Amino acid sequence: MPRVLLIEDDRAVREGVALALRRQGHDVAAVETGEEGLERLRSFRPDVVVLDLMLPGMPGLDVCRAMRALDQTLPILMATARGDDVDIVVGLEAGADDYVVKPVRARVLEARIRAVLRRATAVAAADGGIPKIDTYGELAIDRAGHAVTWRGDPVPLAPSELRLLLTLSAAPGQVFSRQQLLEAVWEHSYHGDARLVDACVRRLRAKMGEPSREPRYIQTVRGFGYRFVSP
Amino acid sequence: MVAFALVAALTAATTGALSFREARTGVLQQSQDTVIKQLRTQVDRLAPQLSFPPAEAELRRFAGDVARAEPSGSWRVLVGYEDLSATSRPGDPFEELTPDLREAVDSSPATVFQRVNTGDHTSLVVGMSVTFSGDENRGIASGLQVFLTVPQATEQRYVDALVTAVERATVPALGVAVLLALLAARGVLRPVRALRHATRSIAEGRLDTRLAVNGSDELADLSHTFNETAAALEESVAELRGMEARARRFAADVSHELRTPLAAMAAVTDVLDEDAARLDPDTATAVRLISEETVKLARLVDDLMEISRFDAGAAVLHLDEIDLAESLRRTLADRAWADLVDADLPPPDAVRGRVDPRRLDVVVANLVGNALRHGARPVRLRLRADGERSAVIEVLDSGPGIPEDVLPHVFERFYKSDTARTRTEGSGLGLAITAENVRVHGGSVRAGNRPEGGAVFTVELPLRRDESAHGEHR
Repeated sequence: MPRVLLIEDDRAVREGVALALRRQGHDVAAVETGEEGLERLRSFRPDVVVLDLMLPGMPGLDVCRAMRALDQTLPILMATARGDDVDIVVGLEAGADDYVVKPVRARVLEARIRAVLRRATAVAAADGGIPKIDTYGELAIDRAGHAVTWRGDPVPLAPSELRLLLTLSAAPGQVFSRQQLLEAVWEHSYHGDARLVDACVRRLRAKMGEPSREPRYIQTVRGFGYRFVSP
Repeated sequence: MVAFALVAALTAATTGALSFREARTGVLQQSQDTVIKQLRTQVDRLAPQLSFPPAEAELRRFAGDVARAEPSGSWRVLVGYEDLSATSRPGDPFEELTPDLREAVDSSPATVFQRVNTGDHTSLVVGMSVTFSGDENRGIASGLQVFLTVPQATEQRYVDALVTAVERATVPALGVAVLLALLAARGVLRPVRALRHATRSIAEGRLDTRLAVNGSDELADLSHTFNETAAALEESVAELRGMEARARRFAADVSHELRTPLAAMAAVTDVLDEDAARLDPDTATAVRLISEETVKLARLVDDLMEISRFDAGAAVLHLDEIDLAESLRRTLADRAWADLVDADLPPPDAVRGRVDPRRLDVVVANLVGNALRHGARPVRLRLRADGERSAVIEVLDSGPGIPEDVLPHVFERFYKSDTARTRTEGSGLGLAITAENVRVHGGSVRAGNRPEGGAVFTVELPLRRDESAHGEHR
């Protein structure tokens, strides 16, 4: 039973979403504030966090960053009442794996949660057996163990980031459009949001120690998408 | 500026010419008056000594005597009596005497004169009939005629000198006048030009344009009035913009506030739907109704948020290079419309363009959805390239079409033609959002009716956009 930690300050929304998710078979812990959410993280050990961005006290963005600092691989789904570009981009930059704009139907939220969870568990269930480590310059990707090292140091990656890197590096040199990446990584079969891809690429580059001006591994193909190259 | 200088030059030149004419007339008049007076005195003094009819020698002596009245000896005299004539200088042809003058003397007892140009010099020719001055026969012509020629060299020189003087006086005056005119023009025309620039600047929307007010003349008054008008205009516009911004913010705030209660309701609609089957019929109907309306309300609030984002100019394009045909096919597939819509699309990669895939999806989904709801099947979706730079997307239905009076308003917000189109789940914002989405792409959308029946919506979408026009996240 997937464990969902729901952080939402509005009582009606919290109870409504919790009710709907429980009916879908989730084990839900619903808390009111970010501080509470951070506390429950250790005791509840959620598989996924649904985080409201507008919270009293500690802002959602800070909660997101704090959770990322504690656990790189914990999937975080951001729920925002603001669909404006800036809110979404800032939320994604803070480390969220995906976002939904409120009001959201339980079925949509459930689908997103499942996609996020699949990304996290796909890591573990990848392929059984022969460890295969690909080396690209200073970057080493352990495709079986899903570990990435840069200059020998482990690079802690969030599920979306890891999946994005695996997708891109599976076919070095090939250009992926944002839409293709959305489908491969986030499983958004509808016309999803290119901002997800862009924000994720930025985070990935930062973690891989890429110079911001001339990225070596993940290159932008202007007007089309991204490609992975081995330096 | 040029006109000013021209007027000044003209004035100076005219003044010069007029004063020259006056002076010249004065000089000549005076000299000829003197000559005529002198001649008459002389004739009056000498004529009584003549015996009638005079002999030729007597006439010659008379002529010589008259000529001698002018000490410098410049007078030449011709005296005639009937057929006889004599000159003061022997053999003088007296060429200056014209038939006109002789005629005038014959017909009039008054003294007549004429200026004659011979060769390079001017002469004054005077002619008079001598009359008897006795008491009884006053005014009776004696038959004696006296003609006098005086060279006007002195006068000519005088006039020449006058011309030179006028020239010398006028040319500098002309220069000064033009200079003054230019200065005046600067003083008058510069403010006028500034006014013109300022007016244009205001018209172009720079409402903070003001004129510098110098002096206290009419132009300064005008500049002052202009500034006051501009200030009033700026204030009104600022007020209007403020009101508009407040209205916009209100719409955005309201939509936003609606989101929280809706978020709670939307989360449980699926639960309600699931449970409705197990409830008694009335409650089940009520539950389903609530569930449906909640979904509609959620969509309306979404649309309102989207519209207020367009209004605030916060709608950003996220351009991506995509295959348009593939995108359209996906839009149909995602909504399970593939079997309902007859898609006439070019082969893969035939039409590629830099568009915002999400916004294109919204546009196509809305138009096709409208056609399916309001029109009748078959519904057709067509895509073709219009040259290198743009694509044309057409959505055609086979329904009754759109009434002519409704056509101009279909893209307006909340426009509902009450009779022709039944109320549906649409919020009345769908086509307005469609139009805005096309507009941010720099394209156009229009609605029309097909001659064979049915409505057609045509979207023209540019495929290449200026890279710098919109921010692209990398």
